[in-house]
Amino acid sequence: MGMTISQKILAAHAGREHLEAGELINCKLDLVLGNDVTAPVAIAEFNRLGLKQVFDQERVVLVPDHFTPAKDIKSAEQAKTVRDFARGYGIKNYFEIGTMGIEHCLLPEQGLVGPGDLVIGADSHTCTYGALGAFATGVGSTDMAAAMATGEAWFKVPESIKFIYYGKTPRWVGGKDFILQAIGDIGVDGARYMSMEFCGEAITNLSIDNRFSMANMAIEAGGKNGIIAPDDITLAYVQGRAKRPYTIYQSDHDAVYADEKEYDVSKMEPLIAYPHLPENTRPVSAAADVMIDQVVIGSCTNGRIEDLQTAASILKGHRVHPELRVIIFPGTQEIYLEALRRGYIETFVESGAVVSTPTCGPCLGGHMGILAKGEKALATTNRNFVGRMGHPESEVYLCNPAVAAASAIKGRITAPWEV
Amino acid sequence: MKFSGQVYKFGNDIDTDAIIPARYLNTFDPAELARHCMEDADPQFPQKVKAGDIIVAEKNFGCGSSREHAPIAIKAAGVSCVIAKSFARIFYRNAVNIGLPILESAEAVDAIREGDQVEVELETGRILNLRTGASYQAVPFPGFMQQIMDKGGLIEYVRDKIAK
Repeated sequence: MGMTISQKILAAHAGREHLEAGELINCKLDLVLGNDVTAPVAIAEFNRLGLKQVFDQERVVLVPDHFTPAKDIKSAEQAKTVRDFARGYGIKNYFEIGTMGIEHCLLPEQGLVGPGDLVIGADSHTCTYGALGAFATGVGSTDMAAAMATGEAWFKVPESIKFIYYGKTPRWVGGKDFILQAIGDIGVDGARYMSMEFCGEAITNLSIDNRFSMANMAIEAGGKNGIIAPDDITLAYVQGRAKRPYTIYQSDHDAVYADEKEYDVSKMEPLIAYPHLPENTRPVSAAADVMIDQVVIGSCTNGRIEDLQTAASILKGHRVHPELRVIIFPGTQEIYLEALRRGYIETFVESGAVVSTPTCGPCLGGHMGILAKGEKALATTNRNFVGRMGHPESEVYLCNPAVAAASAIKGRITAPWEV
Repeated sequence: MKFSGQVYKFGNDIDTDAIIPARYLNTFDPAELARHCMEDADPQFPQKVKAGDIIVAEKNFGCGSSREHAPIAIKAAGVSCVIAKSFARIFYRNAVNIGLPILESAEAVDAIREGDQVEVELETGRILNLRTGASYQAVPFPGFMQQIMDKGGLIEYVRDKIAK
């Protein structure tokens, strides 16, 4: 019986020829990641082991991105804990403000993750790297601590659901809509403990930035990982970046899937996820009455250059609606600089939007755009849970960057073709 | 290990933002996190929960963020055990790793009401509703995870492994 791409990557890191779904295995890790919220807990746990070194100074990555630049004294203390640990243990991949970006935009950009890698991160959106054909999954801080000590982690070999996207992708529809379609279909626990494998002609033609948006939100369906088999688009992105050798895996033709879902994208519209779950999706044309107070464009889901390009192309020559605020977060310093060079930042500022330093900030209700009671935000982020962006009685609607930009102009949820 | 406590019931898909909102993640002091435990699902919960009480929830408890602050907050609030129809993957792993007892039983969740007194025997996975006298059997843990829990958490497990 054949194996899926996810099973093959796990097998290779467990030193096994073959694996079956459901087996509990111990794997060697290529990379272990933490941020300024999760790493301090991991460091405290790691310290309990009394070790003088981490398993590999090159393979532990620390990115203070959640509450940085530090939003308050406590956050500054947490960031300092991470900084001191990085210095004390000689962590090579610590990213200080100035080189830092949102972790899941930063690691692929810096070539720290490549196809075939096995990565765990103490952040649920670690699944983003599946866009490169890596097996990447989120864990908690104690798993991170154990992994920093041993370079290993245990896994239950997952079953996979295959998601086939076929047809020609309409204008203004992208990876964000593809993944919202799947989440809306199977629900927020539809892929619990499972791999989500994305394929089909619409995926083959999908840009790498759009693929990152898709894999990023696998966790919103409960997925253990989301993965897209590497192809020419993957290699074009990875070549010149990868800091380590990488390996291309593909699912076997006779691999067994727990389920298969097929979507005809040619009939798709951009989707909106209504409060308070990402599964509450509906087409943008069915959402036109929702007035909004704040638009957020950015995050590990949609803070990449193509996302900013889309937003800028719509905002250019327009002013944002006077009754709302627009906050734009480039994912990394490199993306910020590229957006600056291409004139997108000028477009944003001229339109009345503000542009922030890279940070997770408002996406998780941390800082830089918190909602008051009763306010509504439309965001290109990944979660719309109760209180996610601020007050427990505020609301978050999720969408792609084109819808966010068009809505910023109109002041209500708006389809891109209306502006 | 045997627990007995009063039940607080919650619905489907209780996410980790509801368990411990991100506005409190600038600390990981368990006592401070406990003061805000379940706040966005039930603002009164931190005030009314007593040591030993039990959380009973529908499906997919702990979905969303990987924040270990969520099981830490629940444990530090004095909750002895969480019973749910199912747990989100990262929360399940985190609970095992830090030694927060969790049990899966759809039958128990359907039958148990808010305010019931429930007794849980962790070793056997037996859940007894003291109001009705009905008992339920939770899904057993895989042996390997039971070993982690028997050691008191993943760090203790790893410490032993390194020592060998």
